[in-house]
Amino acid sequence: MNLFQSIMEQLLNGLRTGSIYALIALGYSMVYGIAKMINFAHGDVIMVGAYALFMGMTALSLPLPVAIIFTIVVCAVLGIAIEKVAYKPLRNASSLAVLITAIGMSFLLQSLALIIFSATPIPFKSIISMKGIKIAGVDIPGITIITLVVTTAIMVALTLFINKTKAGSAMRAVSEDRGAAALMGINVNRTISMTFAIGSALAAVAGILYICQYQSITPTLGALPGIKAFVAAVLGGIGSIPGAMVGGILLGIVESMSKAYISTELADAIVFGVLVVILLVKPSGLLGKLKAEKV
Amino acid sequence: MKNERNKFTKGKIINIVIAVLIYILIMAALNGGMLSRQMSSLLVPICVNVMLAVSLNLITGFLGELTLGHAGFMSIGAYAGSLLTIYLDLPMYVEFIIAILVGGAVAAFFGFLIGVPVLRLRGDYLAIVTLAFGEIIKSVINVIKITNGAKGLNDIPSYSTFRNFTIVYILVILTIILIVNLVNSRHGRAIRSIRDNYIAAESVGIPVSKFKVMAFVISAFFAGVAGVVYAHNVGIIKPTTFDYNKSIEILVIVVLGGMGNIRGSIIAATILTLLPEMLRGADNLRMLIYAIVLIAMMLFNGSGAKERLISSKYFPKFLKRQKGVE
Repeated sequence: MNLFQSIMEQLLNGLRTGSIYALIALGYSMVYGIAKMINFAHGDVIMVGAYALFMGMTALSLPLPVAIIFTIVVCAVLGIAIEKVAYKPLRNASSLAVLITAIGMSFLLQSLALIIFSATPIPFKSIISMKGIKIAGVDIPGITIITLVVTTAIMVALTLFINKTKAGSAMRAVSEDRGAAALMGINVNRTISMTFAIGSALAAVAGILYICQYQSITPTLGALPGIKAFVAAVLGGIGSIPGAMVGGILLGIVESMSKAYISTELADAIVFGVLVVILLVKPSGLLGKLKAEKV
Repeated sequence: MKNERNKFTKGKIINIVIAVLIYILIMAALNGGMLSRQMSSLLVPICVNVMLAVSLNLITGFLGELTLGHAGFMSIGAYAGSLLTIYLDLPMYVEFIIAILVGGAVAAFFGFLIGVPVLRLRGDYLAIVTLAFGEIIKSVINVIKITNGAKGLNDIPSYSTFRNFTIVYILVILTIILIVNLVNSRHGRAIRSIRDNYIAAESVGIPVSKFKVMAFVISAFFAGVAGVVYAHNVGIIKPTTFDYNKSIEILVIVVLGGMGNIRGSIIAATILTLLPEMLRGADNLRMLIYAIVLIAMMLFNGSGAKERLISSKYFPKFLKRQKGVE
């Protein structure tokens, strides 16, 4: 029974981290699907979100719901701004050029945060004060419940949005064939901006959940979850929405299991090792579609 | 072929003369005491960065693939070389040369290990897998015993400080000559053809896989050599020295110098090593400047602003000469 409890607890931990990764991975995947680029700066949007929430609650002393909305708006606007300034001029450039620009953007956000807030971690008290519950001897902390509920709700809403609404089908159309979509009267620029805004808003939510879990804010806070979420997106097949969800949760569970039962220091190596193995077996990820290249 | 060889002779002589002149200048300044302690301690880091940038340029600039794990190869070389010189008990030069060769060879071996499987991947996927490999290397070094974990290796003999500048300089020149010759050779043209259009290259019978692995192995070898030189200059190495940021720093050098331009890499490596020392005290600003330069550079090159500038009538004519591969 003890072993069962410990495994269940680790599984829940993994599910919690994994669903945060999945939220971030969704942003990577949507942007990749529509703009055919890896937004390396996505991880740092999480960091900006964390600082925005902190500033909203302390400097502006907003009530919690307003502060959360403020955070989401800041990140969405940032996402649009990044796209307009750095990526839009490079729509026709090589993918290498765009990737390097994205890396530059990520560095820019980190060093700006470093200059404004300095490298000292800012302690942050979790905004989630719900009590945990106990089911069949397994402790479920409040933060896990909230995280799972929030991420599930967001994922359902996002799936409905993409599949049922007009804006969602515009997004799918642009990601399938940008030129044809433009001919059908879809405003491509607006659709791309919208994708960046949604992706960054998801990153903001992920950032809030993330700092509730780790309770400290640093300028490089977004780097590791960013890379992990990116790995999750690639794992699930980049460009695929269900793939990002599956990849994120799988990654979280692998990570927490290897932290608990193999070695804390090797956990990262195992996570990346899983990525390498899966990509070698299935180069387009778990749920990704392999495109045949035309000459 | 004969004509081509003649064409290169003049340029080659000029390059050799420049290399020798720079060496004489540096040695004169060093021995004459014209360089401050700070400046002379920068000589070897410049050389290390030149080697790293030139070797990364082979993959990023000439093969056209982005790798984000170059620091991983550097760390493998650094650790392999340092462990050798710590545990071997031979005369200094013998030991150092063995360390250089072994460090490079071990890094090249890992380059092969990584190069073969990632052949199935291209572009973004390849970039992320090399990043993953870099991180795996870092965490494994952090865990295993012989590398002394997170504490790193101390007491590495200082064989490549500025007092032994000659050997470092020879290594740099050798690296440059080998890579330039490779790039201008038949193999080099094959590598460049893969960058320009791998489907076309494949269809004219170029073994794409073979040349990709070759580029990876050679690049890893020189990154390993650079790691050995780095370790024997600093004396202490830790796994965190060779993180993702180091890989990005090398990438910035290559991009700033111009992808596929060796001379550019050398100049950019020199400037970007000297610049932070000039801006001492503004270390936070350094990263900001790096980031802005990187973005500005890509926007300028990629968005067509460069073409418009060159074709506008305000652009001085003597700069319009088309530049080929160095």
